[in-house]
Amino acid sequence: MRVYLDHSATSAVDPRVVEAMLPFFDKEYGNASSLHQLGQEAHHALEEAREKVAHVLHCRPEEVIFTSGGTESNNTALKGAAFAQLTKGGEKKHIITSPIEHDCVLNACRWLEKIGFEVTYVPVDKYGLVSPEQLEEAMKKNTLLVSVMHANNEIGTVQDITELGKIAHEHGAYFHTDAVQSITKLPLDVNTMNVDMLSLSSHKIHGPKGVGCLYVKKGTALDPLMHGGGHERGFRSGTENVSGIVGFAEAVRIGEEERPTVMPRVAHLRDKLIKSTLEIENSWLNGHPEKRLPINAHFCFRFIEGESLILRLDMKGISASTGSACSSKSLEPSHVLLAIGLPPEDAHSSLRLTLGRDNTEEEIDYTVKVLPEVVANLREISPFKDSYE
Amino acid sequence: MYSQKVIDHFTHPRNQGHMDDPDGVGKVGNPVCGDVMHIYIKVKDDTIEDIKWETMGCAAAIATSSMVTELAKGKTLEEAEKITRGEVADALEGLPPIKMHCSNLAADGLKKAIEDYKKKRGSS
Repeated sequence: MRVYLDHSATSAVDPRVVEAMLPFFDKEYGNASSLHQLGQEAHHALEEAREKVAHVLHCRPEEVIFTSGGTESNNTALKGAAFAQLTKGGEKKHIITSPIEHDCVLNACRWLEKIGFEVTYVPVDKYGLVSPEQLEEAMKKNTLLVSVMHANNEIGTVQDITELGKIAHEHGAYFHTDAVQSITKLPLDVNTMNVDMLSLSSHKIHGPKGVGCLYVKKGTALDPLMHGGGHERGFRSGTENVSGIVGFAEAVRIGEEERPTVMPRVAHLRDKLIKSTLEIENSWLNGHPEKRLPINAHFCFRFIEGESLILRLDMKGISASTGSACSSKSLEPSHVLLAIGLPPEDAHSSLRLTLGRDNTEEEIDYTVKVLPEVVANLREISPFKDSYE
Repeated sequence: MYSQKVIDHFTHPRNQGHMDDPDGVGKVGNPVCGDVMHIYIKVKDDTIEDIKWETMGCAAAIATSSMVTELAKGKTLEEAEKITRGEVADALEGLPPIKMHCSNLAADGLKKAIEDYKKKRGSS
């Protein structure tokens, strides 16, 4: 049995999305900027896609900028706002974010620090929550932007974006949120969420890889990262990836339409998985128990290491991921797990299971049977039985 | 990422187990880093009569623990002391560069176990 439980890493493209995309490879292949019919048809499909996404976000179509994905959207939000300050000679050189953001946000912030911006990383509690009080304390007169992700990709914790966005606005700062993990899992509304910018990605919601978008509220001062022919109203030049964008928009439409029926069912399976898994000794759930993404289950199992756990699960047909150092390119344990206060040895023993709409009860039952066996086998060969001494 | 040999040793580890009364113990790595190996040896006539290990770590850590003990079992202490990380990695048909430190750990663990044995015996 093959059980895919790594939907926060990526997902299979929906067959309906594939079908929507196909004509744009070899039939409707026009450049959307061309004046002839073929180009205009591509242009029409592009704008239709834009409307679809805008509808789900409750924003205006012109506020949707298509990008190459979540990383580019996040980079654009942070660097674009920062560059606009530099080019206008502005004084707002302070940025606030959290230590549990995705690498692209954190690394973009670290780079901005090198070019003269000050960044405050507001601490999170043991669940990964950013407290409104601590954000309030961190706000300064020269704060340009606050960026806090809606739902964390590792531990699944969901932030109160509406409250945090309100605080940013009260102090005259922009608020950006990375909603890559929450789109189609939670309802989004850029108006009620108090956001000026919001990032989305296609490939985690059964759309194609290599495409996403950034919502940019009208009036936001943003310089582009990609200069060129002036596409996307000057915010992101480059001949549009029409097939990808059409696919992305269709994935957003389908995902949001099916969310009210799909997500409760997935959450139920996830809860079943969590309940059974926590029966394993010396294990616990990471992230907030209630304010969490309906698809996310994140655990630690003491005295074993994450990469070996992932590979053993893989051999049993289960695809999952971990925050262990051994599994990362940098040999550093997950920064998210360290930020919520886990000691490194526990960060190494983590397991992330993220469900999708196609996971069945049978698959979860199988996982629930296999996981304790695999954990027990690894504990048998571990030198640590009761403590790390 | 891993060779077939590494996967084999990861899936079917050799010489794995605890030793209740070892003649020498080598403990390397630390939980903070995510890789810990304990290597236990039983020595007779300056030869490694039996060798066992317990490891918490990635597939490379488990495979190198298994391989280093395979290479060392039955060898004289002098021969076993000379086993290098390169030999362990080669015997496993190579390790990804980022995982080479695991083979280092395994080779060190064995050396430490031998050192421990010598210390206990009172010889240098």
